[in-house]
Amino acid sequence: MLEVVNLRRSGLAPVSLSLAAGECVAVQGPSGAGKSLMLRAIADLDVNDGEVSLDGVGRDAVSGPQWRRQVGYVPAEPGWWADRVGEHFRDWAALLPWAERLLLPAEAAAWPMTRPSTGERCRLALLRALEMAPRMLLLDEPTAALDPLATAAVEALVGERVAAGLGVLWVTHDAVQAARVAGRILRISQGRLE
Amino acid sequence: MTGYVSLSAWDLGLASLLVFANAGLSLALRLDLHGRLLIAAARMVAQLSLMGLVLVTLFALVSPWWTALAALVMVGFAGREAAARQDRPLTGWWSYGIGTTSMMTAATLVTVFALTTALRPDPWYDPRYAIPLLGMVLGNTMTGVSLGLNGLATGLVTRRAGVEARLMLGASRHEALRPVVRAALRNAMMPIVNAMSATGVVSLPGMMTGQILGGVAPAEAVKYQILIMFLIAGGTGIGAVTAVLGGSWRLTDHRHRLRLDRIGG
Repeated sequence: MLEVVNLRRSGLAPVSLSLAAGECVAVQGPSGAGKSLMLRAIADLDVNDGEVSLDGVGRDAVSGPQWRRQVGYVPAEPGWWADRVGEHFRDWAALLPWAERLLLPAEAAAWPMTRPSTGERCRLALLRALEMAPRMLLLDEPTAALDPLATAAVEALVGERVAAGLGVLWVTHDAVQAARVAGRILRISQGRLE
Repeated sequence: MTGYVSLSAWDLGLASLLVFANAGLSLALRLDLHGRLLIAAARMVAQLSLMGLVLVTLFALVSPWWTALAALVMVGFAGREAAARQDRPLTGWWSYGIGTTSMMTAATLVTVFALTTALRPDPWYDPRYAIPLLGMVLGNTMTGVSLGLNGLATGLVTRRAGVEARLMLGASRHEALRPVVRAALRNAMMPIVNAMSATGVVSLPGMMTGQILGGVAPAEAVKYQILIMFLIAGGTGIGAVTAVLGGSWRLTDHRHRLRLDRIGG
């Protein structure tokens, strides 16, 4: 489904990879190896070169926003633009079943943005990305700030979406998690994908 | 007109004693300002005297070309000043380019509007009206343009995570930048809004004071001041909007990416 050929950007050696629909691939490597740089380039958030396509349709054939709606990126430290949690979602009520599974209370929508913890923010960002109904998700350390219970909840929900056809690139430091969630593991070191 | 009191060199020399007194104060209190203070005062005298000479020549010539040239030089200096006031200037000549273009647009529109409607001198480009008017509008538009550009760049740097979060969720660059653009424009318009509400109560504007000292009846001076304030407000708005939109175009690209790499150090 996702086809990346010779993706080039500063801080990263040319990357090629492919990923099928319903496949979850883990990305591992030391800090500063270029994992986030690669995800940002695939999501077309930074200047980069190379051929990236989804189901054979090149990235340049669609606008940047259209591309990013299909290839969602959830950064390790997600950003927020409004004062309340609920303003970052289009339809919070429709998301309630998923919010519950991510151990987020229904009333979280009314919280001021200062209230959620780092771990809650990570799960809110995942929920926000799932709401777009993307074809692909690029997850950057989505469970680094979570306790084991919340980690299991995230893995279960993402796993279910993968089973429904979502493609996932999952960056994680945790080798055990990588083996648990992904069918395949890619390694990056010093800006080079192996 | 009731005539005015002409000033002699002796009068100005006497008034300059105040500046020297300030310099003495700076020495006594070790503020270390006396050098800069005296240089600034000397620059002011030199620049204004030169401007006086230029105006005498321009007024005598009444040539559209020389007037346009003088206007262009003024806009050029204003652009340099606006670019110098940026905490986070754009790379290359972009701060200067966007600043100058938006000031040129705003000041030209507003000045020509005033010359062809309210004032109607003959010929309409008569430098006696055009140049002072342009100077008033330009000075204030410069403030709006530099505040707007500065607010945009600073806002995008400090709110980068929030702006990029919207881009990641498929927002267009216009949607993603809207809150920052709005804040930058408010920032740019605040001085003129404040100036209009304080004028006449807290402060007597320099232009009106000058006219009154020059012998113009207060009621006439007030009307001129109101006209000028409207022109300034219009110029500031047009200039700030042009500059902030130009800046947000430059700080994003056709793929709707945030391009903070186009902000220099």
